[in-house]
Amino acid sequence: MTDYNFAYLDEQTKRMIRRAILKGLAIPGYQVPFASREMPMPYGWGTGGVQVSAAVLTPEDRFKVIDQGADDTTNAVSIRTFFERTAGVKTTTKTTDASVIQTRHRIPEEPLTEGQILVYQVPIPEPLRFLEPRESETRKMHSLEEYGLMHVKLYEDISRHGHIATSYAYPVKVEGHYVMDPSPIPKFDNPKLGDMAAIQLFGAGREQRIYALPPYTEVVSLDFDDHPFEASKADHPCGLCGAEDSYLDEVIVDDAGGRMFVCSDTDYCEARQAAGHRGKDAA
Amino acid sequence: MYVAVKGGEQAIENAHAWLAEERRGDTEIAELSIAQIREQLSLAVNRVMAEGSLYDPDLAALAIKQARGDLIEAIFLIRAYRTTLPRFGASEPVDTGEMACDRRISATFKDLPGGQVLGPTFDYTHRLLDFKLAADGEVPEAPMRDADLGDVPHVTEFLNREGLIEEAPYDDTPPPDLTREPLEMPAERALRLQALTRADEGFTLGLAYSTQRGYARNHAFVGELRIGAVPVEMEIPELGFAIEIGEITLTECETVNQFKGSKTEPAQFTRGYGLVFGQTERKAISMALVDRALRWEELGEDNVGAPAQDAEFVLYHADNIQATGFLEHIKLPHYVDFQSELELVRKLRREAGVDQVQEAAE
Amino acid sequence: MTPLLSVQGITKRYGAHIGCADVSFDLYPGEVMGIVGESGSGKSTLLNCMAGHLTPDAGEVVFDTRAEGPRDTVRMSEPERRMLSRTDWAFVHQHARDGLRMGVSAGGNVGERLMAVGARRYGDIRDKASDWLERVEIDAARIDDRPTTFSGGMQQRLQIARNLVTGPRLVFMDEPTGGLDVSVQARLLDLLRGLVRDMGLSAIIVTHDLAVVRLLADRLMVMKSGHVVEAGLTDQVLDDPQHAYSQLLVSSVLQV
Repeated sequence: MTDYNFAYLDEQTKRMIRRAILKGLAIPGYQVPFASREMPMPYGWGTGGVQVSAAVLTPEDRFKVIDQGADDTTNAVSIRTFFERTAGVKTTTKTTDASVIQTRHRIPEEPLTEGQILVYQVPIPEPLRFLEPRESETRKMHSLEEYGLMHVKLYEDISRHGHIATSYAYPVKVEGHYVMDPSPIPKFDNPKLGDMAAIQLFGAGREQRIYALPPYTEVVSLDFDDHPFEASKADHPCGLCGAEDSYLDEVIVDDAGGRMFVCSDTDYCEARQAAGHRGKDAA
Repeated sequence: MYVAVKGGEQAIENAHAWLAEERRGDTEIAELSIAQIREQLSLAVNRVMAEGSLYDPDLAALAIKQARGDLIEAIFLIRAYRTTLPRFGASEPVDTGEMACDRRISATFKDLPGGQVLGPTFDYTHRLLDFKLAADGEVPEAPMRDADLGDVPHVTEFLNREGLIEEAPYDDTPPPDLTREPLEMPAERALRLQALTRADEGFTLGLAYSTQRGYARNHAFVGELRIGAVPVEMEIPELGFAIEIGEITLTECETVNQFKGSKTEPAQFTRGYGLVFGQTERKAISMALVDRALRWEELGEDNVGAPAQDAEFVLYHADNIQATGFLEHIKLPHYVDFQSELELVRKLRREAGVDQVQEAAE
Repeated sequence: MTPLLSVQGITKRYGAHIGCADVSFDLYPGEVMGIVGESGSGKSTLLNCMAGHLTPDAGEVVFDTRAEGPRDTVRMSEPERRMLSRTDWAFVHQHARDGLRMGVSAGGNVGERLMAVGARRYGDIRDKASDWLERVEIDAARIDDRPTTFSGGMQQRLQIARNLVTGPRLVFMDEPTGGLDVSVQARLLDLLRGLVRDMGLSAIIVTHDLAVVRLLADRLMVMKSGHVVEAGLTDQVLDDPQHAYSQLLVSSVLQV
């Protein structure tokens, strides 16, 4: 693939995306429209994240891609291979070694540090979309901070279920102004969004939006005073590494209802196992 | 003992190798050439060029071959390729009045200067499977006569002369570019037309059909449909004037639509417009009907809440590459979001007392 | 005393057609103004211009805001005007469907305005919603039901509760009893009269039904072809109409 420019996109396009990123960083949580390009992978498969990564990657970077927390799920492999071919950057599966991490649906368990960039793939960037389908109206609601409707949704959840029944893509308020969709991460990950040392960039290719959280931004999950936000996960330790503090995938192990819980963050799990931690299902 | 799934990379490679083999099919059967696809599946090629927004019959034929005949996949290949091409400049607007028409019909006037030309059309063919084609596709040469070299003026110009149709004043403001700027609402007509010309044919057809059935009916007549080649000119900065750089085939449809008029404006007809790469007449007519439906606001018509009147709805859902990507992404892993839903449902059921039996049994 | 609302020279045209022309009046706190006229008389256009749903071609709508005193709401920025609409103003639509969220429970409908101005205790929102349901004579046990399961009269009462929950200082009502059965209308009017009296509400009510204004309005304006043809105290206008058109209106009611 040497016929293509470094990281696939031409420099003109990358400049355009970088401008959108800078604007996003300047106005945390605000959705910046950008002229998303057709990429050689389908819309909805991470084209927003890929364009953001392409715009921020430099030849010295070390790149990590996770999907559902794992480095070796098919779409993560596909995107990692894409940048190995088009940018020739070094890749890694170690969270601590990576300078740019592209993710779909998770934030790594290992706290990120200054100098790292976390790039999220975003399917629907508009947190108000399912309450108000019209883009012209939602943009107005954001600019006027008319977020009563968002709380009506939470109110309805509690009145029907006794709880806020949003378990992923849980809306947050950024620096006291913009309500933002954190992408479909489980709400377990929401507390990591705020006050993070790394830069967080969100790319929605099909919807042509980029937004961002600069380091150490205040991010608050929406809730009621008497029904506070709760970051929940399956109430088990990891079957492989025994971790009690990580988000878990449920795996069905036989056809008799047997199941086990393992870390969704494969790098975290492997590092713990290498350090000698063992869960009850480990060999 | 459980071992986490590994080896995604190998699985992907193997799947792609198998795909390549399936694409080729039985090797006893001769392989299709690009030229065969270009010449004999030309309407498929035209659709791929139109919705891929790249006029190159050979590349479109290659894309169709690579996509195993899946036209949306082929359009996707063309779009992804197109976006990497450097942009040297923009052509002068093509003049469809100068079109060398292969086909030119009007449903509003029986005869008119330039005449009615049926051209290579499926119209009036009886849709009977031609089993002879299965054995031998060779055909005798079609009869020919010399082309009339006279002018073929646009039908709407006749109406315009009498003031019977709304003016379409010349406007040389550069149109916005959908492929370089994000689509933002409200979208002006130039931008809407740009989105519609590469919109999915099926989606556009369905919307157009819905207007005919009463969802924002606008009483369209095909004022004129013309298909043919037009020269493309581009101004070369070094020369300082425009020169012809090639020729493309286009389908253009202008509809004449009813309009009641208002207190301030006398009754006159209004226009819908469709212009699409290649011989793509179903698409061009559909486009004209949808264009007209979207103009309700500027024409002071009622919004009856029909889908075809809703620019946000139409433009945000008309692109089949966006649509198919997002639709198909739901087959990607969603373990994490699903897991969080699973836990929530379990928790809610537990609290409702439904799952006590099951929990106890575990 | 400063008027709560001072309308000056409001004019709205639709092309060559006049919606309403040069309408001026003052509304004082605690006062209810009725605007009557047949359909097409411009009363709804006027109401929508005052409430910020339409932009008038000329004129001012000066509202005595809490923070800054009298302000022309026509020239206010949109955020300010939208803020007013969800705090100090309320708008009761003729059709409850236009003023309610039909897919949201009764409690959510009433609670929305509270949440829009920052209420963040679920329990308080719910208590207030139940209280308001009771006040508009809806069984609080229906708090989690959607308005789609309510009768027309209940939907209209729910819309009123949703509007009054934040204690607005000015309520715009567009044919609040329109489209309801006569017996349902009577109950609603009774309820409205009670609320207006108890809360000391200021309101502007547009209606073609003179019974509504006789019961609710302190003062009355009669509109015809976009112009105010007569204005005065309700009883005065109804008992002794001066303008020929008002006489016609009143007599047509008396015949019924």
